[in-house]
Amino acid sequence: MKPLEDILIVDLTQFLSGPSATLRLADLGARVIKVERPVTGDICRQHYVSNVVLHGDSSIFRAINRNKESFQADLKDGKDHEMVLQLIGKADVLVHNFRPGVIQRLGLDYESIKKINPTIVYGEISGYGTQGPWAYNPGQDLLLQAVSGLTWLNGNADKGPVPVGLALVDILSGAHLAQGILSALLKKIRTGRGTKVSVSMLESIIDFQFESITTFYHDGGAPTVRPKSNSAHAYLGAPYGVYKTKDGYLSLAMGSIPFLGELLGCQALEKYQEPEDWFRKRDEIKKILADHLGTGTTPHWLAILEPADIWCAKVMDWKDLLDHEGFKVLEMIQKVDTSDGYGYKTTRCPISINGELLTSTSGSPALGEDTRDICNEFGLTEMGEA
Amino acid sequence: MKPLEGILVLEFAQFMAGPSAGLRLADLGARVIKIERPGQGEAGRKIALKNLFLDGSSLVFHTANRNKESYTANLKDAKDLERVQKLIARADVMTHNFRPGVMEKIGLDYKKVSQINSGIVYATVTGYGTKGTWSSKPGQDLLIQSMSGFAGLSGDRDDAPTPVGAAVSDIVTGTHLAQGILASLIQREHTGKGTLVEVSLLESTVDLQFELITTYLNGGQKIPKRAEKGNALADLSAPYGVYPTRNGHIVLAMGSVTELGAILDNEALQEYTDAQSWFTQRDEIMDLLRGVLVDRDTEDWMALLEGQGFWCAPVFDYRTFLSHEGYEVLKMDQELLLPSGEKVRTLRCPIRLDNERIFSPKPAPRVGQHTEEIIKELL
Repeated sequence: MKPLEDILIVDLTQFLSGPSATLRLADLGARVIKVERPVTGDICRQHYVSNVVLHGDSSIFRAINRNKESFQADLKDGKDHEMVLQLIGKADVLVHNFRPGVIQRLGLDYESIKKINPTIVYGEISGYGTQGPWAYNPGQDLLLQAVSGLTWLNGNADKGPVPVGLALVDILSGAHLAQGILSALLKKIRTGRGTKVSVSMLESIIDFQFESITTFYHDGGAPTVRPKSNSAHAYLGAPYGVYKTKDGYLSLAMGSIPFLGELLGCQALEKYQEPEDWFRKRDEIKKILADHLGTGTTPHWLAILEPADIWCAKVMDWKDLLDHEGFKVLEMIQKVDTSDGYGYKTTRCPISINGELLTSTSGSPALGEDTRDICNEFGLTEMGEA
Repeated sequence: MKPLEGILVLEFAQFMAGPSAGLRLADLGARVIKIERPGQGEAGRKIALKNLFLDGSSLVFHTANRNKESYTANLKDAKDLERVQKLIARADVMTHNFRPGVMEKIGLDYKKVSQINSGIVYATVTGYGTKGTWSSKPGQDLLIQSMSGFAGLSGDRDDAPTPVGAAVSDIVTGTHLAQGILASLIQREHTGKGTLVEVSLLESTVDLQFELITTYLNGGQKIPKRAEKGNALADLSAPYGVYPTRNGHIVLAMGSVTELGAILDNEALQEYTDAQSWFTQRDEIMDLLRGVLVDRDTEDWMALLEGQGFWCAPVFDYRTFLSHEGYEVLKMDQELLLPSGEKVRTLRCPIRLDNERIFSPKPAPRVGQHTEEIIKELL
């Protein structure tokens, strides 16, 4: 039995932040009903990444919305609205990511919902919170990476800003929403009281940088300075970085520089005895290391470093990773099927419970595929043919 | 009332992944007691950014361990261990990130612990799971970024793999750990039974890439190609990326290249009428855009593009961002007063409950600061 079985979630969110939260809750056993507008549904269905369309919907929609049901409703239509309200009346959790103001216009704000379902956990995600000069700006991942300082943490000193190459802000804010919802569900069960849980993409990406922002404050606002070369962290000393070898790349995390010099047969490193220098003189140390590591292959260096307990790894792409025994044993890839028989591969929930993997064979739903069943099950007023 | 009031968490976990989950649970109302070895305490006290230390521990430690208590115990000492077992008997949750086998040796593995407390949620973080060739390899953030394919996603086409300069694997894993713990606490309300929750840095970092890996698995197994310059997300078409302006940088998100051409009054851009070409001719479109955008200031472009509803943003550094009205209105900062009298300005929990921000001014503890009180109160 999965931990959230018997929890019902009505999900009004689109794109990635909100839906990634409800995906996790579905993985943990909750029943998630996506409420989608007629014709287009969740805009993400058409948001094609890398041109990859899987059986009519975008590959990312397929990844984000597996294991969910789809209920089609036009929230601006009186009859549909009424049915959605009836459904919300039975739900444990409601989630939305409308921009500030829109949810009030739809009559689905917390104050209104509380009247029909006082113990509900009401979750919302915004881009920048509901106040201030940015409240009405589009909450899009790259834009939040750009304003939040994140892009200056990555890459070498001579690069411009370097964004993180995936939707990190969406995913973190979804993770925080899931945490808030789960803690509020526990409170609901223990005390019978509902809660409104709010997260914003901006606060979530600030939280992600809590180490470097706290460092910035403590350090008198000194600018972020990335290493000249072999960068992996702006605030850490040598050897922390990625190094080119004869046949690929090698990562080195923390470690003693003279000890590394000794192991690798690189005498020039042995003079850096003071740990403080590993940070202050990281650029010259990294240059020496890079020149030296370029003379051998990755397996050659790993065979020396790993037995000595130096934190190091080969840099791999997905092909290397997915073919590797160390990854296969995790059974991280699962196959899911849509109700009309289309199968695709995706990842499973990364959490395991009592030694069991949390898997599910349900693929993403077609738009409105569960509308009628849900109407019947919950006794909602029957909808006309779309 | 905070939602986790009354929940007692024992944190044996060290470094960042486990403690970041403990911090979140603490901010949501749980009481979190770090179980640390006498003397040095947890190993994360020594891991510093920029060599910054305060009151004997790194600033990073203070950031991730505020709002917790500290209890010292030598788990190899019979008397200390017995006391810890008594604490465990009263706890709701315990977390650790020892390598597979260590807790078995001490006698605090899940099987033993559930005999002391059948309702406990026992949560562990490993690097790579407990099976297979990597299970004894050190689980460290940069190594996981490197091995999981993640380092290949950022930076430009000809750049080396570019890791993210923050503990992204640790932090994402910590969010999953907290989720698993909370879901198990919910289940316990119905069943009365405890749970073993396991996460690993590798699985969590693969999960982080779930959209792109799903695209890879079903789209002909093509490793994403980063843009030649100004890359922001390798799978996306032009104009998505970063562009230099006369006085800084601007980012452009998804949008129509021809509309963008019209807004910028650039004929060459308006010729890309086939949306497919935004993918296939991404680099030449981005080149054209670079040529245009470098001529004026970021603020000018923002006024023009935002006015037309095009998704764009200025690129800020911390100095600009953290003093911006858009940041200040969040009231994200809080100040902690350490026992030494030093102050740490850091951030609060990012989640708001019933429209209230969650502040918790309690600083990170000194090693063993609360041992005696806890013995008196709980043992």
